[in-house]
Amino acid sequence: MAKRVLMSGNIAAAEGAILAGCHAFFGYPITPQNDLLEHMSRRLPPLGRIFVQTESELSAINMVLGASAAGFRAMTSTSGPGFSLQQEGISYMAGMELPAVIVDVMRAGPGLGSIGGAQGDYFQATKGGGHGDYRVLTLAPASAQEMMDLTMLAFELADKYRNPVVVLADGFLGQAMEPVAMREPVAELPGKPWAITGARGRPKNVLNSLELEPADLEPRMQALVQKFEMMRQNEVRYESLDLDDASMAIVAYGSASRSAMTAVHMARQEGLRVGLLRPISLFPFPYQALSDLAQRVDDFLVAELSFGQLVEDVRWAVGPNHRVELVNRLAGVRLSAEEILEAIRKMAR
Amino acid sequence: MAQTKAAKSDTILFAAPQSLEDVPLHYCPGCGHGIVHRLIAEVVDKLGIADRTVCVASVGCSAINYLYFKFDGLESSHGRAPASASGIKRCRPDLIPFTYQGDGDLAAIGTAEIVHACARGENITVFFINNAIYGMTGGQMAPTTLVGMHSTSTPGGRNPALAGYPIKVCEMLSTLEGPAYIARVSIYNPAQVRRAKQAIELAFRTQLAGLGLALVEVLSPCPVGWGVEPVQAMDWLVEHMLPQYPLGEYKVTEAVQALKEVKGHA
Ligand SMILES: Cc1ncc(C[n+]2csc(CCOP(=O)(O)OP(=O)(O)O)c2C)c(N)n1
Ligand code: SF4
Repeated sequence: MAKRVLMSGNIAAAEGAILAGCHAFFGYPITPQNDLLEHMSRRLPPLGRIFVQTESELSAINMVLGASAAGFRAMTSTSGPGFSLQQEGISYMAGMELPAVIVDVMRAGPGLGSIGGAQGDYFQATKGGGHGDYRVLTLAPASAQEMMDLTMLAFELADKYRNPVVVLADGFLGQAMEPVAMREPVAELPGKPWAITGARGRPKNVLNSLELEPADLEPRMQALVQKFEMMRQNEVRYESLDLDDASMAIVAYGSASRSAMTAVHMARQEGLRVGLLRPISLFPFPYQALSDLAQRVDDFLVAELSFGQLVEDVRWAVGPNHRVELVNRLAGVRLSAEEILEAIRKMAR
Repeated sequence: MAQTKAAKSDTILFAAPQSLEDVPLHYCPGCGHGIVHRLIAEVVDKLGIADRTVCVASVGCSAINYLYFKFDGLESSHGRAPASASGIKRCRPDLIPFTYQGDGDLAAIGTAEIVHACARGENITVFFINNAIYGMTGGQMAPTTLVGMHSTSTPGGRNPALAGYPIKVCEMLSTLEGPAYIARVSIYNPAQVRRAKQAIELAFRTQLAGLGLALVEVLSPCPVGWGVEPVQAMDWLVEHMLPQYPLGEYKVTEAVQALKEVKGHA
């Protein structure tokens, strides 16, 4: 049996990255992701790997870009304001088809907001976020275990699709201490013949996103579109709980889904037929799973730590013939299982 | 006589550098970028490092200059080339990345990246092309635009009360401990071109010896942005830019000085 170790979600993500062969970490302090960065500063150099505390998140993402271009697994971690600064670099990497992992440990509010956990970066992480036509794969862990596992998966998918992958966590998940079953280190990393390794015995490699002629850029962008379509077909991930006989489904991801799970158990004890659909991939979003569910479930309750972002995707998936309600808290305030239960009761009446 | 003639035509006295692609450059007539590209290619050839060199382009007129070199190339976002080059170098110390940045790229939007790459003493090479203007976007004011100089965004000439003063990059960065070599050169006549090439070579050798960041600023003409003919642009550079941006070496660490003295350095 795998060794179980008690650790915070942030540390679990860091350890997952190390297991996945992440060679370089570049980051800038911001709460609530600081312990991830600090952990990397202790762990990476003794392994002969690279840690740099940069002057900004801009610099961090562009160092990730360089390291990735050189063929290495590289990552950064940040939170809200820093994630905003990194959008340009993420867009460049999507355009240049460079893998990268970005862990966004979400905090609250627009602006400086608060350092409490929240999920307000949902649109930014799932709809593109930066300029131009692109998508990033977005994975939403809901436990310290998944902070590790999905960070490892993020590196795998980033290489598979040559595209940035965002691990969308939040302050609650990042800080919470939970037992984590340690995984085996990734033994073999994929070859990267496209990387910048010095033009020795091969024609030069150029990594760019620019084409001066629109007619030259369009086929490249069409290829990207096809790639995003492949992600939609192959990379949808979600978890179902108690949905077999349910007449009401809660939809929640990340730490909101933890409260939702408890609420489902409490509601079941009251005889309410409630289940949970927890998206694990936010892009691609489990639209099909939800629209299938809508064939047999009447009501949907969306629990999120943002002002109504996830709920838009759920409404889109289930169509106009279903009740879709929102239960949420903002600003870094916890959404309790009791509050969700109350919303379930209200909707069931 | 006939024999001498034949021998002469067999001897190649001047050829394009190996590391330069045989394609037309897209720069305007009289632009300095092409000269600097050639010098870089000549030095890379001389040092025999083409299979390890990486051109990290910036955003500006030279944004696609990786198309002109035969070695590997990387695009970067506006101002961030030093970060991307550092990312490469940290992971692959055997590669020789250089950035190639305009004054808008390096001294406006990318100021933080170059200052901190210098502060950390990243072992990369930086070529900084100062033409006192934003060429690519149509001749707007750059951080290096001279006081009183006309640009498409300083209609009456740069007025310090509104638009502040030019940034002297070499002077500023040489106050930092991190960089190993900082020099300002120009290319306004053949003698200066030769000096520029020496500085470029020393900058690469600084990286090859693992001595830290080397930056060469090149005062370079942009006839189109300045609104003058190509030949007059060289005179304009001498008359207006040299007094503001004196040529010379601004930082040479002892280790780099020792490199300079190694026999064989041109
Ligand atoms: C974030 C961002 N802002 C603005 C631009 C537009 N832009 C492209 S080149 C340039 C100025 C480049 O000037 P300089 O660095 O002096 O190089 P030159 O063109 O003179 O060689 C600007 C502002 C951009 N590409 N990206
Ligand atoms: S605008 Fe200026 S810098 Fe740009 S190519 Fe023309 S001359 Fe060169």
